[in-house]
Amino acid sequence: MAYNPQLNAHGELQHLLTIEGLPRDIIVRILDTAHSFLSVTEREIKKVPLLRGKAVFNLFFEPSTRTRTTFEIAAKRLSADVINLNVGASAQSKGETLLDTVANLSAMHADMFIVRHAQSGAAHLIARHVAPYIHVINAGDGRHAHPTQGLLDMFTIRHYKRDFTNLRVAIVGDVLHSRVARSQIHALTSLGVPEVRLIGPRTLLPTHVSELGVQVFNDMAKGLKDVDVVIMLRLQNERMNGALLPSAQEFFKYYGLTPEKLVGAKPDAIVMHPGPMNRGVEIESSVADGRQSVILPQVTFGIAVRMAVMSILAGNA
Amino acid sequence: MRMPDAETLLSQLAERMRPQVRADTALIGIHTGGVWLAERLHRMLGLKQPLGTIDVSFYRDDYESRGLHARVKPSDIPFEVADADVILVDDVLFTGRTIRAAINELFDYGRPQRIRLAALVDRGGRELPIAAQFLGAEIKIADTEQIELQKSADGRLSLVVNPMPVQERN
Amino acid sequence: MKIHIKNCRLVDPLSGTEKVQDIYLVAGKIAAVGRAPDGFHANRVIEANGLVVCPGLVDLSVRLREPGFEHKATLESEMAAAVAGGVTSLACPPDTDPPLDEPGLVEMLKHRARSLNQAHVYPLGALTLGLKGERITEMAELVDAGCVAFSQANMSLEDNQVMLRAMQYAATFGYSVWLSPNDGSLSRGGVAHDGQVATRLGLAPIPVVAETVALSTMLLLARETGARVHLCRLSSAEGVEMLRQAKALGMDVTCDVSINHVHLSEMDIGYFDSNYHLVPPLRSLRDRDALRRGVEDGTIDAICSDHTPVDEDAKQLPFGESEAGATGLELLLALTLKWAEESGIPLAKALAKVTTEPARILGVGAVAIAAGANADLCLFDPNLIWKLEPARLKSQGKNTPFAGHEIRGQVRYTLVAGHIVYEA
Repeated sequence: MAYNPQLNAHGELQHLLTIEGLPRDIIVRILDTAHSFLSVTEREIKKVPLLRGKAVFNLFFEPSTRTRTTFEIAAKRLSADVINLNVGASAQSKGETLLDTVANLSAMHADMFIVRHAQSGAAHLIARHVAPYIHVINAGDGRHAHPTQGLLDMFTIRHYKRDFTNLRVAIVGDVLHSRVARSQIHALTSLGVPEVRLIGPRTLLPTHVSELGVQVFNDMAKGLKDVDVVIMLRLQNERMNGALLPSAQEFFKYYGLTPEKLVGAKPDAIVMHPGPMNRGVEIESSVADGRQSVILPQVTFGIAVRMAVMSILAGNA
Repeated sequence: MRMPDAETLLSQLAERMRPQVRADTALIGIHTGGVWLAERLHRMLGLKQPLGTIDVSFYRDDYESRGLHARVKPSDIPFEVADADVILVDDVLFTGRTIRAAINELFDYGRPQRIRLAALVDRGGRELPIAAQFLGAEIKIADTEQIELQKSADGRLSLVVNPMPVQERN
Repeated sequence: MKIHIKNCRLVDPLSGTEKVQDIYLVAGKIAAVGRAPDGFHANRVIEANGLVVCPGLVDLSVRLREPGFEHKATLESEMAAAVAGGVTSLACPPDTDPPLDEPGLVEMLKHRARSLNQAHVYPLGALTLGLKGERITEMAELVDAGCVAFSQANMSLEDNQVMLRAMQYAATFGYSVWLSPNDGSLSRGGVAHDGQVATRLGLAPIPVVAETVALSTMLLLARETGARVHLCRLSSAEGVEMLRQAKALGMDVTCDVSINHVHLSEMDIGYFDSNYHLVPPLRSLRDRDALRRGVEDGTIDAICSDHTPVDEDAKQLPFGESEAGATGLELLLALTLKWAEESGIPLAKALAKVTTEPARILGVGAVAIAAGANADLCLFDPNLIWKLEPARLKSQGKNTPFAGHEIRGQVRYTLVAGHIVYEA
């Protein structure tokens, strides 16, 4: 498939829908640009005028205060006008189709849609149907992708570890349902990380996941041995209902990150989590708040990365 | 057309600036050529304030048509801009738009007491009312050409004339 | 009406004949093949040079969408699509709204279909009331009204005791039970084959065991009850193998596959294209190749279109929310020819999969091109290449995974009971 729905006719980024299939040099460019925006976020006037006069619509079909807020902050720091739409409540319940909602909003002179939806493929569907001058950023679609999260995680790793090509990275927890994990896996392999490990019980790992170029571990001690980066995934309560897990307690005992389990990793290993954390379920507080945790910097980096993505997209015709 | 020797121009520029700088004057170089010049001037003039660098990519007025530049370097201003006596340093002064962007960006850091401009070369063709207080030389070249400052491996600066790429009219 | 079909390439799958011949039709039947009957004067002569004549296609699964889903399609549009595809007999599943679980509904459907004077319509009756899988329907009454077999369409039968008893009841009267092997609990929530594509795209998976566990139950219960069972829409290599073994043990069981699964796999889903959202799901390339081998060696008896018109609104949704199904009546012939050419199958043998074999399963009598047989015929140009433009399909359903493809083989005339019901 030569056609890539994310790129325009010049091979430039038109939408950010998934990290899969994104050329490596575009990923690196986003990380480099984010680095420049970090210095903007550190000074007193945190705004630059790049997106002045542009309307960014936050189209959240699945509620999320955190992600929506970071996109809003990022857009405002680029001087854009931001409109927040929690579509779940209004239009969908009136029976308006997804595409009708998008068409109506496009008619209100939107320049950019940031979309979060419970169904995999929703952002792709929207991108296929918007006018050519509108850019779509996927803020999470079902279990498929969360590309800005994957990118900010790579930015974080690069910030602390510099060189991707000699790292061991472990992703722990509910990979089966995780769009974050899928995006991370694509980003890590694109950037040349030689060892990507997934750790979890068999019920939470997709059956064909090793075809993505990862190693699978059911034993956390073995999986964490000598890793440089530990990424913990959030475990949702409903997993107990679907016969996937017996209890949060048993999960924590075997797959929760504690200081004892972390000891097997390299002494300078960093601990990451996309948030929000379930303390005592996937991660113990002493680790989440400990010296190896970079969970809070991830949030700051997230704003810079999203500013980078928006400004690169908006600058492409 | 032969370009004057950049090193000679730089020395002349420094001597023009010397009587006009204060103890607390701060230099800010505009990436990339302006930074090279500002580093040299900072040493030559013995300035106390640390050197600042600015990348104007986020303030350019051609973002709509040209997009975000491929390589953006972070701006770094390690001193208090409010009430500062600032001299911006650029290599080639042309339309004036880069300086306009640098001034806008600088004001986002704070309100300086005054801003002056030092440029190695002024090639004319201004599109905004901008002028350099300190200048190395005025050089006339064709509209289809551009002047570039280059730095060799041992740090020696030189000026070259090249044809301007077709899409780069600003 | 006396029709003389001149110089056609006659392909009769029943006898295996392939020969350039003339065919003479009188009063809805084939009067003679080869030489004109005495005193024959044609009302109409069809110059069939270069055209193949075969029995009209028999399609085992065509959703006409009436009653109840008229916004998706109507009898008028879908019956027109059938004859445009050379289909002269079709079976329609009972998943209408209301489902075909009452004789009155079946009679009305048959009456409506008959009045259009196009293909023969053979309704499948609901096996259980409302297709809910709890109470069995009045099967004898439904057969009187015109049903030829009983089916659960795509609704899984959760209660094995109900399945057992429904089969026993059907076996009492010698009725056939058509079942789609799908274990509802194993496929629950799933929308795509549990393989590398669903993993990458984050689509909820439907594992192969959803098919094989159900197949295993159905085969065991069929053997236990002696019911005549037909298994609909195989999708997996393991499923084909189970059928192969069942037949080797002498079980009287038949099965079919959708033409979509003969050609496509999970790889075709691409960037979440909902035109590839089908039930059962498109599985791996390995599964597809096993299905093709199964059709070739006779393990799979018939190919059908599984024609399912879906309105645009129901397809223009994220993959998992979109309605499954593809339109297919007008493509069944050409795509069967495509498979035959790719696999090196002789024309008569390939056409048997969409004519004589489904006719046998349907139990409507052998279809043949021979004197005395019904004049249900399809005349097609095997070499004409055309581009599939969904907007130009006669079916109201424009949802096809083959949009924009170049297709070889086009129907030129379709005859039912000796009348020309379609002319290109």
